[in-house]
Amino acid sequence: MTIPLDAKVPAGPLAEKWDRHRGALRLVNPANKRKHVILVVGSGLAGASAAASLSELGYRVKCFCFQDSPRRAHSIAAQGGINAAKNYQGDGDSIWRLFYDTIKGGDFRAREANVYRLAQVSVEIIDQCVAQGVPFAREYGGLLANRSFGGAQVSRTFYARGQTGQQLLIGAYQALEKEVARGGVEMFPRTEMLDLVLVDGRARGIVVRDLVTGAVTSHAGDAVVLATGGYANVFYLSTTAKGSNVTATWRAHRRGALFANPCYTQIHPTCIPVSGDHQSKLTLMSESLRNDGRVWVPKRAGDARPPHEIPDAERDYYLERKYPSFGNLSPRDIASRAAKEVCDEGRGVGPGGRGVYLDFRDAIQRLGEPAIAERYGNLFEMYQRITDENPYRAPMRIYPAPHYTMGGLWVDYNLMGTIPGLHVLGEANFSDHGANRLGASALMQGLADGYFVIPLTIGDYLASSKLAPVGTDHAEFRRVEAEVQGRVNRLLGTRGTRSVDSFHKALGHLMWERCGMARSPGGLREALVEIPTLREQFWAEVRVPGTGEAFNQSLERAGRVADFLELAELMCRDALHREESCGGHFRTDHQTGDGEAKRDDERFCYVAAWEWTGEGAEPQLHREPLAFENVHLATRSYK
Amino acid sequence: MKLTVRVWRQAGPQAAGRLVDYEVPDVSPDASFLEMLDGLNERLTAAGEEPVAFDHDCREGICGACGVMINGVAHGPGRATTTCQLHMRSFRDGDLVTVEPWRARAFPVVRDLVVDRAALDRVVQAGGFISARTGSAPEANSVLVPKPDADLAFDAAACIGCGACVAACPNASASLFTAAKIAHLGLLPQGQPERHRRALGMVERMDLESFGGCTWFGECQEACPKGISIDFITRMNRDYLRAAAQPAQAEAAAGAI
Ligand SMILES: Cc1cc2nc3c(=O)[nH]c(=O)nc-3n(C[C@H](O)[C@H](O)[C@H](O)COP(=O)(O)OP(=O)(O)OC[C@H]3O[C@@H](n4cnc5c(N)ncnc54)[C@H](O)[C@@H]3O)c2cc1C
Ligand code: FES
Repeated sequence: MTIPLDAKVPAGPLAEKWDRHRGALRLVNPANKRKHVILVVGSGLAGASAAASLSELGYRVKCFCFQDSPRRAHSIAAQGGINAAKNYQGDGDSIWRLFYDTIKGGDFRAREANVYRLAQVSVEIIDQCVAQGVPFAREYGGLLANRSFGGAQVSRTFYARGQTGQQLLIGAYQALEKEVARGGVEMFPRTEMLDLVLVDGRARGIVVRDLVTGAVTSHAGDAVVLATGGYANVFYLSTTAKGSNVTATWRAHRRGALFANPCYTQIHPTCIPVSGDHQSKLTLMSESLRNDGRVWVPKRAGDARPPHEIPDAERDYYLERKYPSFGNLSPRDIASRAAKEVCDEGRGVGPGGRGVYLDFRDAIQRLGEPAIAERYGNLFEMYQRITDENPYRAPMRIYPAPHYTMGGLWVDYNLMGTIPGLHVLGEANFSDHGANRLGASALMQGLADGYFVIPLTIGDYLASSKLAPVGTDHAEFRRVEAEVQGRVNRLLGTRGTRSVDSFHKALGHLMWERCGMARSPGGLREALVEIPTLREQFWAEVRVPGTGEAFNQSLERAGRVADFLELAELMCRDALHREESCGGHFRTDHQTGDGEAKRDDERFCYVAAWEWTGEGAEPQLHREPLAFENVHLATRSYK
Repeated sequence: MKLTVRVWRQAGPQAAGRLVDYEVPDVSPDASFLEMLDGLNERLTAAGEEPVAFDHDCREGICGACGVMINGVAHGPGRATTTCQLHMRSFRDGDLVTVEPWRARAFPVVRDLVVDRAALDRVVQAGGFISARTGSAPEANSVLVPKPDADLAFDAAACIGCGACVAACPNASASLFTAAKIAHLGLLPQGQPERHRRALGMVERMDLESFGGCTWFGECQEACPKGISIDFITRMNRDYLRAAAQPAQAEAAAGAI
């Protein structure tokens, strides 16, 4: 049976949809808002902004995160910036252009109406953040500064040195703490959601584990908001924070929420290469560096000379050569694949030949070292600290790494999933980036969802639903709690011989090889055999020391890895079914003669939303066709 | 390299703790300090022991989750470097490295190297924000901020809330943390309306938590992984004194009429 996927896109011309929709949404009267409890899981940009804004409106909010403070959510690590169609530079930007760039950047695999709304709302985000005191970069006249970023030909990116995510999150965190102080939000740090509770088919609560005491308890509410981030850690090595995981969305998926486009992952071109077996995560070097750095490798395979001894004529500035109009600013998927290609040809640099140069020599000559330090000082420092090399003197070495996941739980225009009452925001949903996300647009989406969309759309859900009062004494809560406790006990009780990390590393390696930058049908089929085997081994051989009634980080990781082991299979299945190349999904059997991605709009112009059908059973595919009424489905060319 | 790591082990908040020595062979100089601890934990797990608990998340020096005393120094020997960004090339083969949690009354130990820093969140709740209800903001460029002010505000806003300043301070004072927030918001035009309330509220909250007072040791500035300047504490004190004096002035003015 297929579930009808009604995206609830409002009627009317693209530019008027959101305004009309806002006018038509049902409202909850102010006195009644206080009666509604909303559970917000996650305190990143999406979760913190949603929790603060919902509380300001008068709802009673409970907010959860697994870190010791909401301020530490992974959003804090975003470096480069946030897009907005302010056109402060007068360089021809507009809401339409931001919309078009985002749709095109996503390789025409996103929903037009959502992306247009994102571009509209972007303008309000900057106003909001400035009012909160976010110290964006400024010009000498006191106006806000902009830079151009990742694949855009206009300067529309707002930034706070190389710490934009930190400053935006601190802004949202402060708004959240203001509401905590006022009594509107109750904050639960070091608390991990381990399952979703449905009553009469609606999302009515969550089961959580207190990470300090180990106690498994429940929270009931009238709506659940998941803002739990992305799942790039399925690759073990990624640029996301070590704790980032798929558990919340995966558990919701197992309860009936469809998971959309799981195979759409973004491999970021500019990360510091792996240095050895000890490597626990990869560090991103902001893509803003590509504004002034030039990417190259030696022309000759196996050229082992140090970079400064290789004359210009013997260097291959391959992005400038292959994509003359975008050059070093080519979008991420394209730049990553190009790096892999030159390394596969034996022209990679550094240990193991898995690296390319990002060279600032020319920019330093042109602008001087102080100007470069002003723009990228902290990134240069970070690079030097990690590699012990000075990027003012020698070019950086970079290589692609898993960075962002465009896939996530399916949501409609109101950001509600296929389970009524379950809303999904930020990187955790699939909504706005299609098959590839443009730089500086995740922060924009997280804040758009949290500050400007959910506060309005959730009211419509609450006003139009008859919700019987439900408490955590309801039998369904008892049942799910028992299941969660059973799972915890099972992890602790296996008492095998292999550590959790050893399984995570094995899974990551497998996914990187089979479902990474280039995917072949043969490799994916093998992965579909290897992953279930690894999962069986996990449940038979994992060793989780300690007890469940205490602070136990091995146990936390074990639960997350167990869910990654299930998600990984769905990613490969999705990648195998999508017989085309689009955005971050590159199928080796669907490329042009010169190695560019070949999309198949006839057969695959849809969102693939997967339904969980039970342990060991094949998931069921549902399709949301994508209709492009305002843009022409062009072949994405950056040449 | 081969190291001896002397680690604080404490099973829970109420349990007694002690230092335990572990041998860690095969440490790569390119590994980070936390990766060295990962390696130790893999060995402990294999040996059937419980791994060492430590907080961490971004491992990029920005989330503020990590932080331990390394040979008595908050975040270890690297200047302006968090524990996760400290690399083992800073140590020598055969070194004995002592690793302990932040020590402060306001930061009770949760387990091993993990402490509870919720007191810092409560200081922020006491006024560390600008009240700007979502959707009510004016056009962003309608407020001009001179670049030097914006830059200085940023320097203060760079705080990652790790708590190293508290751990390094002989009084376990949170003055640098609190001052950085007061300065970040107080330097911006948007932050002016609540400037005095903020200073009063945050300073008083800081005193209510079990943090000590500032007596200008300056250790906080040395330990801060973001290089936040102690000058901000002077600013905080000025703002606080002005704010504390203000109600009195207002009363005096009212009395004169
Ligand atoms: C290094 C790096 C740099 C980046 N730079 C940029 C940039 O310059 N511009 C840009 O636009 N984007 C950037 N991104 C992407 C962007 O940062 C993220 O996509 C975005 O911040 C995600 O925000 P979020 O609110 O959806 O989730 P997150 O910030 O990941 O927050 C997730 C929250 O959910 C909580 N959580 C998760 N699971 C559970 C659970 N089971 N129970 C309880 N709580 C849970 C966590 O505690 C956390 O609070 C970057 C990403 C990385 C990795
Ligand atoms: S782990 Fe985030 S600052 Fe060290």
